[in-house]
Amino acid sequence: MTLPTADTGPACYVFTINDWICGDYYRDRWSELRDATVEHLWITAVAVLLGLAVAVPLALLARRYPRFEGLVLGATTMVYTVPSLAMFSLLVPFTLLTARTVIIGLALYSLTILVRQMLAGLRSVPDEVREAAAGLGYGSLRMLIRIELPLALPVIMAGLRVATVSTVALTTIGSIVGYGGLGNLLASGVDTDFKAQILAASVLCVLLAVVLDLGLLGVQRALTPWARMRAA
Amino acid sequence: MDAFRAALAWLFDGTNWSENDGLAQQLVEQVLLTLTSLGIAAAVALPLALWLGHLGRGGILAVNVSNIGRAVPTFAVLVLLSVGPLGSDRLGPYGRAGLATLVSLMLFALPPIITNAYVGMREIDREIVEAARGMGMTGWELFRRVELPLALPLILTGLRLALVQVWATATIAALVAGPGLGNTIAAGFDNNDSDRVIGGAIVVALIALAMEGAAALVERQVDPVRRARRVSVRRTPAAEPLAA
Repeated sequence: MTLPTADTGPACYVFTINDWICGDYYRDRWSELRDATVEHLWITAVAVLLGLAVAVPLALLARRYPRFEGLVLGATTMVYTVPSLAMFSLLVPFTLLTARTVIIGLALYSLTILVRQMLAGLRSVPDEVREAAAGLGYGSLRMLIRIELPLALPVIMAGLRVATVSTVALTTIGSIVGYGGLGNLLASGVDTDFKAQILAASVLCVLLAVVLDLGLLGVQRALTPWARMRAA
Repeated sequence: MDAFRAALAWLFDGTNWSENDGLAQQLVEQVLLTLTSLGIAAAVALPLALWLGHLGRGGILAVNVSNIGRAVPTFAVLVLLSVGPLGSDRLGPYGRAGLATLVSLMLFALPPIITNAYVGMREIDREIVEAARGMGMTGWELFRRVELPLALPLILTGLRLALVQVWATATIAALVAGPGLGNTIAAGFDNNDSDRVIGGAIVVALIALAMEGAAALVERQVDPVRRARRVSVRRTPAAEPLAA
């Protein structure tokens, strides 16, 4: 025989009650929420890192060859204009119903933001600084790594933050192929009119974006201690 | 590439356009939704943003509204509004969940319009504004004859970004039983019909690109500074080497 408990009524997320805010839901389904958040996080992270890995060489080439710059900017603008649902659908023949579809689609969007910001960041380095470094005997690779990238870092990091926050929001659309992280909970929540789940997934999604944004801001601060010294 | 060839054949089959809730009907729904919500958003946001920009106040709000808009998933707002108070009833020509979709689209059109219009007003060279005041222009004259023309390029950029954003969001409305072309894509996924998925996606993407292109063209035509420069070049052809 089980002991009688204080809470004997039905959970507040059953269909007849269906509260928006429901403690029972968080208690009973937390592992589902955790798994969706973890999936959301890794899809976002892989997509942004992939976008970054492609954006760096593209930005460097675009800076070197002005004609290539026009091509890159034009192509990325076109990519950015295609709605995410259409983008994932057009990738499906190549990548099938896998997480790759979502990751590649999202990487293409973040690529657009990152290439632009990288070009802007590298352009923001004053010419005098470059000349001084050249005078000190810096070659072009060493100049890039030791001089230009550190100085361009605040602008590049701003782009990385925008790309990350947008990617967190867009990952939800990945639910169309079954890899949408918290978006999967939104989609199943609509189908079953499950209010507690819909609100929880929405709030977690925004929280995830805010946490990642603040985290990247922290990284930026840590990487550019001189910016703080100047401000002080 | 066979998948794309089959999808194109599907697109060229007229019955897929004319059937009940076919491509034509969904296209009309989505275009109506896009234009209506963009119109309402512009009518609300532009006066507010331009007025704040003219006064030089509320900058934190005007810029941060874009950051907020970026962090909130459009899918979540569509879901929250249609399951919540606005419901998923039909709304005239806007189709299922029409009201929830319209409001969501409008909300996501606001940030780019507000931020760009505000920044456009604030980025005007302060010396020009001072000079205009020195000439005795009233606040309204300053706004109408100096600030508005100079801010116009960014105002139009904001409207173009909002248009692209709204079209993309309208496509997602189908995932919450809403109207529009996303229904063709969603139905394709549900029935494992790749012609529908790819065909629908091609229509959505092509219209997005066409709208972006048209908006960019309008932007270029309307920009008064660029237009003035073009006129002056024409008047003094010797001053500038004209490209053949």
